Amino acid sequence: MFKNLTIGQHYPVESPVHDLDPRVKIIITLAFLVSLFLIDSFSTYIIVAVFLTAAITISKVPVKFVIKGLRPILMIIIITFVINLLMTPGRIIFQVGFIKVTEEGLKQAGFMAIRLTLLIMGTSLLTLTTSPIILTDGIESLLKPFKRFGLPAHELAMMMTIALRFIPTLMEETEKIMKAQKSRGADFESGNIMSRAKNLVPLLVPLFISAFRRADELAMAMEARCYRGGENRTRMRQLKISKGDYAASFIFIVYFAAVIALKIW
Amino acid sequence: MDDYIIKIENVKFKYSKEDTDYAVDGCSLNIKKGEFTAIIGHNGSGKSTLAKLINSILLPTEGKIYVKGMDTADDSKLWDIRQAAGMVFQNPDNQLVATIVEEDIAFGPENQGVESSEIRRRVDDALNAVGMYEYRKRPPHLLSGGQKQRIAIAGVLALNSDCIILDEPTAMLDPSGRKEVMDTLKKLDAQGKTILLITHYMDEAVLADRVVIMDKGNIKLDGTPKDVFKNIEAIKKFGLDVPQVTELAQELAKEGLNIPPDIINVKDLVDLLCQ
Repeated sequence: MFKNLTIGQHYPVESPVHDLDPRVKIIITLAFLVSLFLIDSFSTYIIVAVFLTAAITISKVPVKFVIKGLRPILMIIIITFVINLLMTPGRIIFQVGFIKVTEEGLKQAGFMAIRLTLLIMGTSLLTLTTSPIILTDGIESLLKPFKRFGLPAHELAMMMTIALRFIPTLMEETEKIMKAQKSRGADFESGNIMSRAKNLVPLLVPLFISAFRRADELAMAMEARCYRGGENRTRMRQLKISKGDYAASFIFIVYFAAVIALKIW
Repeated sequence: MDDYIIKIENVKFKYSKEDTDYAVDGCSLNIKKGEFTAIIGHNGSGKSTLAKLINSILLPTEGKIYVKGMDTADDSKLWDIRQAAGMVFQNPDNQLVATIVEEDIAFGPENQGVESSEIRRRVDDALNAVGMYEYRKRPPHLLSGGQKQRIAIAGVLALNSDCIILDEPTAMLDPSGRKEVMDTLKKLDAQGKTILLITHYMDEAVLADRVVIMDKGNIKLDGTPKDVFKNIEAIKKFGLDVPQVTELAQELAKEGLNIPPDIINVKDLVDLLCQ
């Protein structure tokens, strides 16, 4: 059941957005988040919506995939909405007992909900259009300048790569151990939370032991293949800024300027 | 320099000072360039330890090992030694590093600091050499065991190693996976690579140019497969099997048939019997 597990939520199609340099995409996404927090009026959201819709359309990722990214944080959006709705003081629209809804609260709640929704849609577009490995390359390259402040950029990227590589392997192993223990009468499905958690211990112990053994062997295999850290290491695939990246950056700057202009105005 | 690519001189090794027994106990072995050698021995015979000693993962307690004339105890030559004698391990899952096949093969040359266009060329060559080119974009966890081991072999080829050491590469594979790996090794042998195969499958050892039998950290028998396997009694004493066909041939000879004792493959026996 874990065999075809996809890591992350990368949606592999060919599109100008997919082809963008990961560094450009990461920076644009971060700046996009900043732009969302600069906004203080509903009308400016129209610009954001237009920009995001255009980006999604060009990326050829079906809208439903982008919306699917919202599901895990739906609860957070709802809670944010309700808290803002009830906690903001102001002119009361209606009141039931001690629960009062104010005009300002309604505005604030809607505002926050839209901000969160756009925020998640924007960031999931990054992970949808960039494979994990390319994303890792991008992060490594962006973090490189911080090396002189002691940030282990290469090591972080290597850890991410190895984690991505071993997630499916360890999943498969978990499944194997589970089956082996179920066949000897272990029960992972019934009982309350406490007893279920207790039943997981015999699953986790062998899994951890095996993970340590794997780590040991992998370290040896990496050394045998001349791995000696990030010093003097080259890469087969090199990141290149192309025309599309300039175009995307230009479009984004126009968008960002529009957001700021509306704020000042 | 002579044409020995690996020279092992009277090497002793134990894992910790407290150990009373040596894992490798006074072993000497010279491997010629281009030779396909199989080392066999039962568990604990020191064969895997020997492999790690050659790759400088472990250092000999006593004695010397030279790879292409470089002393494995010499720290400054460490990376040259590992480049010259690449190593493939038993568990295919625990030696692949990257999430995409071609990225994994590129891992070695990337570590060596090779230029990116040259890495690309080496990766493509290595993929073709093991017949996995069409799988280059796949994630390794979706490949079969035999395919994963071929990727691991390609990873060593991309290092431009002259010598490939394989530590029981087929132990965790099914028969078809074993055949894939052995076919790949025979192909590389024909291309002039030096291959050192550690195994406990006799039918794999039969394919080598030279068979070395290890027991209790030392070399007991050394010669061509025919020379080695005809000593059925001696081999069985070391807790090993001999190829079935050799045993059959010798049993038949005992019954009075005129059959030489050094038959190691089925076809030879069939030819002989059907004359």
